[in-house]
Amino acid sequence: MIPKVNLDRFFLRIGSCTIYLGVMGSMSAINAKRLQELQTTKPKKKFQSYFLANKWLYIMLIPGLTFLFIFHYIPMYGIIIAFKDFNVVKGIFNSPWVGLENFKYLFKSKDFYIILRNSVSISLLRMFWGFPVPIILALMLNEVRHIHYKKTIQTILYIPHFISWVVIVGIIYNFLSPSTGIVNYIIKSLGGEAIAFLQDERYFRSILVISDIWKESGWGTIIYLAAISGIDECLYEAAIIDGATRLQRIRYVTIPGIASTIIVLLILRSGSILRNGFEQIFLMYSPLVYDVADVFETYTYRVGLREGRFSYATAVGMFQSLVGLILIWTTNRLSRKFGEGGLW
Amino acid sequence: MKKRRPVTAGSVVFDIIIYGLLALIAACMLYPFLNVIAVSISDYSSYLKNPLRILPGKLDFSAFEYVFSSSLILSSYRNTIIITIGGTLISLTLTILTAYPLSKKHLKGKRAIMNLFIFSMLFSGGIIPSFYLIRSLKLLDTLWALILPGTISAYNIILMKNFFSSLPESLEEAAKIDGASDLYILRKIIIPLSTPIIATIGLFVCVGYWNSYFSAVLYIRDQQKWTLQLLLREIIMSANTQLLSSGGNLAEISKDAIPPQTIKYATLIVVVLPILCVYPFLQKYFVKGMMLGAVKG
Repeated sequence: MIPKVNLDRFFLRIGSCTIYLGVMGSMSAINAKRLQELQTTKPKKKFQSYFLANKWLYIMLIPGLTFLFIFHYIPMYGIIIAFKDFNVVKGIFNSPWVGLENFKYLFKSKDFYIILRNSVSISLLRMFWGFPVPIILALMLNEVRHIHYKKTIQTILYIPHFISWVVIVGIIYNFLSPSTGIVNYIIKSLGGEAIAFLQDERYFRSILVISDIWKESGWGTIIYLAAISGIDECLYEAAIIDGATRLQRIRYVTIPGIASTIIVLLILRSGSILRNGFEQIFLMYSPLVYDVADVFETYTYRVGLREGRFSYATAVGMFQSLVGLILIWTTNRLSRKFGEGGLW
Repeated sequence: MKKRRPVTAGSVVFDIIIYGLLALIAACMLYPFLNVIAVSISDYSSYLKNPLRILPGKLDFSAFEYVFSSSLILSSYRNTIIITIGGTLISLTLTILTAYPLSKKHLKGKRAIMNLFIFSMLFSGGIIPSFYLIRSLKLLDTLWALILPGTISAYNIILMKNFFSSLPESLEEAAKIDGASDLYILRKIIIPLSTPIIATIGLFVCVGYWNSYFSAVLYIRDQQKWTLQLLLREIIMSANTQLLSSGGNLAEISKDAIPPQTIKYATLIVVVLPILCVYPFLQKYFVKGMMLGAVKG
């Protein structure tokens, strides 16, 4: 006796067989389609297995990407504040759109031209006076033959880079103080009159540039020293055989050897001509010197967070970021043309 | 190699000039610190006698006693230490975790992710949207506001990634064949081999947190949450140093006895000292790390 259940199974089998046959019958018709399917599913499986094999690599990326998204890309979205009449109570979504109103206001205001002029001229001054210093220092360091002397000097030269602007400006304030500062002590003991350097428009930018050189030049030598160490020693040997003096060796071997590095750094530096950084200027300036010292960063902070004009300040910041982006992108392409790879 | 160069009279003069100039420049770098240290540990009358001193006159540490007796300085010190240690640990972890997958040549989607990071270096939302974000996350007036936004830096990731790529692939392949997972390889092989770059970036990040001032200006109002840099700034700018004595137990030291300048200098030293103490130990690492990381930038 065949149990009922088995009979059922038997018919089921026949049924599925017919279906199977039917499918086989229509196979030729959809053959092309199936082939296509096969082709697409195969790489999909491959990708899945690839992903599984490397799952840890992708998992490792998650925290970094999350932080990047939250702290860099959400603020970028927040830039739409610049196109709104932003109100803290209403929030970003509910504040009314105003189009380019904030930008129109910006370009009409006198402030804009003052900060643009200051930003550009301060970074040009920094570039003109500050750019050659690390190169010269690196060339000098390279001529030192006593390794311990060289190491000691380097250690000292790098220190200021690690000191905060708050500390350095604190020292500057005290050194330049008209009543107790040592600079005015020297001026007075030489019979001069005390000068309030930081409150004087004539001196402010010079102090800015000099303190910047003092802080960053030593650190800046690292990249040039690395470039110099890459110069082939044979070139020097050949120069010596040709009777070149040490100055001539610097002039005809070392400098040409690091020329491409110099050019690339110069190009990239000019790409950030609108950026002056916030801290140094913010810590050193005062209303008395706003006319020569106010730059995009400090202006954005003042009108935005001190005066509460969020939308306008965002527009100012956005102008700076956008022009900065275009500049740095262009200069990076330029530096790639010089065959040095640029920043990225 | 350089020993074989001929020694001439001109060369000796050249050496003297170079060595002398470098010594002079190094002296310019050190002078302000020496002067500040000397003044802060001297009696004020010796400052008035010779303000340019680099050697202390009559020793007097009362300025330091005064500074350390202030509760505000202690709380600022604590806050700065918290953000420095916390920030460095989080940042290093994130940087290593992100840089390792990106150092794999075969990783699919690597290019796009790199571009996301690079773009974040070139363009930013600016001060106001960042401020608004921190405000919306309810992080204003918390130390998290000083730690979190700075943890991911595309620049550090690129440095780290370049170092990882320079390590020989055969090491990892051998471990892979033995069945090690990527996480295991990173922990047991890559990280131990990468101490120079980890020390370098760790130093940068650590110093960055210790010195950070702008984010504290933006996000911190509460005096209890102040960092050292913020406090130092307020002390430098104030005509007197009353700020320090608020709520502090000043014991027997009368504040009129110590001139403000000495106190300011003592505070400067207190802020800089930890950096100057750590610096010489890490210095040997960071130049090496910088150069290795810069290869094929």
